Amino acid sequence: MADVILDTPIAAPAKPAATFRNLHNPGVVFGTTVILIVLLMALLAPWLGTIDPTAINPIARNKVPGAELSLRTDTGERIKMIALFGTDGLGRDVYSRVVYGARISLLVGVSVALISVACGLFIGLLAGFFRILDAIIMRVMDGLMAIPAILLAIAMVSLFRSSVLTVIIAITVPQIPGVVRLVRSIVLSVREEPYVEAAVTLGTSTPKLLWRHVLPNTIAPMIVQGTFICAAAILVEAILSFLGIGVPPEVPTWGNIMAEGRQVFSLFPHNIIYPGVFLAMTILAVNVLGDGMRDTLDPKMAKRV
Amino acid sequence: MAGPVLEIANLSVAIRGSGDRPHAVRGINITVGANEIVCVVGESGAGKSVTAQAVMGLLPKNAMQVETGSIRLQGEELTTKSDAELRAIRGTRMAMVFQEPMTALNPVERVGDQIGEVLEVHTDLDPTERRKRVLEIMRAVHLPDPEQMIDAYPHQLSGGQRQRIMIAAALVLDPALLIADEPTTALDVTTQAQILKLVRELQCRKKTGVLFITHDFGVVSEIADRVVVMRLGSIMEQGSCEEVLRNPREDYTKMLLAAVPSMTPPMRSPVSGAVVLQTEKLFKTYGRRSLFQPKARIVNAVSDVSLTVRRGETLGIVGESGSGKSTVARCVARLVEPTSGAVRIDNVDIASISEAKFRSMRRRVQFVFQDPYRSLNPRRTVGEAIIEGPMNFGLGRKEALQRARDLMAVVQLSPDALDRYPHQFSGGQRQRICIARALAMEPELLIGDEPVSALDVSVQDQVLRLLDEVRRKFNLAVLFITHDLRVAAQVCDRIAVMQRGVIVEQGTTSEVFAAPRHEYTKALFDAAPGRNREFFAGAAAGA
Repeated sequence: MADVILDTPIAAPAKPAATFRNLHNPGVVFGTTVILIVLLMALLAPWLGTIDPTAINPIARNKVPGAELSLRTDTGERIKMIALFGTDGLGRDVYSRVVYGARISLLVGVSVALISVACGLFIGLLAGFFRILDAIIMRVMDGLMAIPAILLAIAMVSLFRSSVLTVIIAITVPQIPGVVRLVRSIVLSVREEPYVEAAVTLGTSTPKLLWRHVLPNTIAPMIVQGTFICAAAILVEAILSFLGIGVPPEVPTWGNIMAEGRQVFSLFPHNIIYPGVFLAMTILAVNVLGDGMRDTLDPKMAKRV
Repeated sequence: MAGPVLEIANLSVAIRGSGDRPHAVRGINITVGANEIVCVVGESGAGKSVTAQAVMGLLPKNAMQVETGSIRLQGEELTTKSDAELRAIRGTRMAMVFQEPMTALNPVERVGDQIGEVLEVHTDLDPTERRKRVLEIMRAVHLPDPEQMIDAYPHQLSGGQRQRIMIAAALVLDPALLIADEPTTALDVTTQAQILKLVRELQCRKKTGVLFITHDFGVVSEIADRVVVMRLGSIMEQGSCEEVLRNPREDYTKMLLAAVPSMTPPMRSPVSGAVVLQTEKLFKTYGRRSLFQPKARIVNAVSDVSLTVRRGETLGIVGESGSGKSTVARCVARLVEPTSGAVRIDNVDIASISEAKFRSMRRRVQFVFQDPYRSLNPRRTVGEAIIEGPMNFGLGRKEALQRARDLMAVVQLSPDALDRYPHQFSGGQRQRICIARALAMEPELLIGDEPVSALDVSVQDQVLRLLDEVRRKFNLAVLFITHDLRVAAQVCDRIAVMQRGVIVEQGTTSEVFAAPRHEYTKALFDAAPGRNREFFAGAAAGA
């Protein structure tokens, strides 16, 4: 029994980890860079030459970009500064508002993505693995999908007062059914895999089975789906704010800034152009990142590389 | 026409990028004459299919390319031809039949149109003439009722009928060369016999040269005029069928032939251990008529199956696909719930107890699956896979790992391999790991659902021996599901033959093989390829 037969030599670990492949994908690199810049901007907002984004300055209303402002600080001194992106109808500095607005946009995008993926994973695992729950859960999800997202948000905001939390919940709920469907379809195919059946014959309990053998298969698609949800959420938040039913108007968000600039757009387009460019770039970056991740994380692609 | 139909001279195909070897095939010479069937045999990775693809000009563009050598069809060089020129030759002068009749046909196009497509591309026949030609060729491949079937969709046909459609499409323009890449591997043995007969018949009538790729020496002995044995991209040996099968020159060929299990079961003494598994009037029915679907189709996957397996005994269930043999195994392991009847393990009826209660008994019944590539979780190391079961039953991690190391020695793998991931192992090694994983549970009953049918013949032989060895060592009861009569002859003490969910015959292996009683069993034996031939039985294995 001492002889050890190996019909072919055991292969050395071949493929590089997904993280390294990611670095070769231009979409991933571009997306990550832009998102990091926006993230740093949001975190470091107070130190980027900004002033209080809510400070009203009636004498400096609707100044064009590059105009010089004089402000009174809390201590009563007067200082001069350049309004890079101009000022809005209440004399607030658009540059400061755009930089601070990134905070809300990222907060909404990331939390909606995390919450909807977490909820979707949980519900989807249940629906995919337990046949009895499946019919009930999926009919509820179908029902949810039938409600227009914007309409639901309007209803929620008018029921509970407008706040960041309300907006996050209002955007999350319509995203969940999509995640659930995706997770369910993955679970349905994975549960037929012989290694899952093998685990059943080994007496592995159902929660352990889901955690060890089923859940890891959903991670890659969830990361990809999460980025797309993040982009959609940032956009929907901007739409809601633009419609005046999102985050309260005094809080600077990209959507709010654009909403306030709407009436004077033909005279002072900078109110809309600057937040608009940031919004577009951020969403483009998140989407491109998602596409790149899908290409690198797809197991079928990975096999070919 | 004088001269060979196909002449492959000194052909090398390079694999681009980092593969395990730089050439898929290297310096091979094969000729196929008119009215001749040349079989290319070899294990997976031998370069058989690459050879076929190179001839057809179908090599994957970015991965492989013909490096040196020539391929001549009726004297005409193919390697220098443009895509357009090759396209004109494919279908008219050479044609190919693929392994998987399911996927080689377009599921949303009528089969008649798929055969007609060849005519549409290469001839200027009008639709009525085309239809006439299609009907003719469908009659020639012995499809029943061609007038009806010409308008059928692939899913309405059986596997054998689909393969006949593929052959019809390949031969409709009377090509000089037919390449068949494992055309019967996905088919049942009785269907395989019919298809082989059909290929023989059509080839004789039309004087076609056939390059027939297979891994099965039974098939070779049925159909080949000449045999080419390939290994890792090179030709090991070629010669006439009789010559190679009777007096192989190369050690590799001898080893391959010796690994083919014999149709004659060895003498076995009856086993009288305690009964471990007993099924009684087991039924499994799919589909149910309800208020909403009063006409729903009901399929009896398993009906009235009663078997017993004793300690130290191997019971084989043989049958074709759809005979319900796997369903029986899955009912016993309770991967599916039986509809009615009893499954007794040590006199406890596991069919009637709850899933939670049965979990404590799972240890006793272990399963080895068919596909070694899918039965191990790719994200978990081999060690984790083996200790998962024992740890579920309360064994500590350390003890479980020790047991895993011991078992790796039993299945003849290095214990260091426990830290590796499944993708680093070959199919045969993975199947050993699966056996170790099952043994780690210290089961009483081991179920093998076609455990060797995805493996190459030499590896299959090793795994079968291993299974036999662990059965003796641990005094296991084994339920062995297989479609391969040769395998069944070698490993089983008793055999149950299943057809359409029913056991039609049951008895000791030697009895059933010597004198099959039921019609279906007789048909199965008749269809077994190379049934009258012993492959080099006298020679030492693995010489």
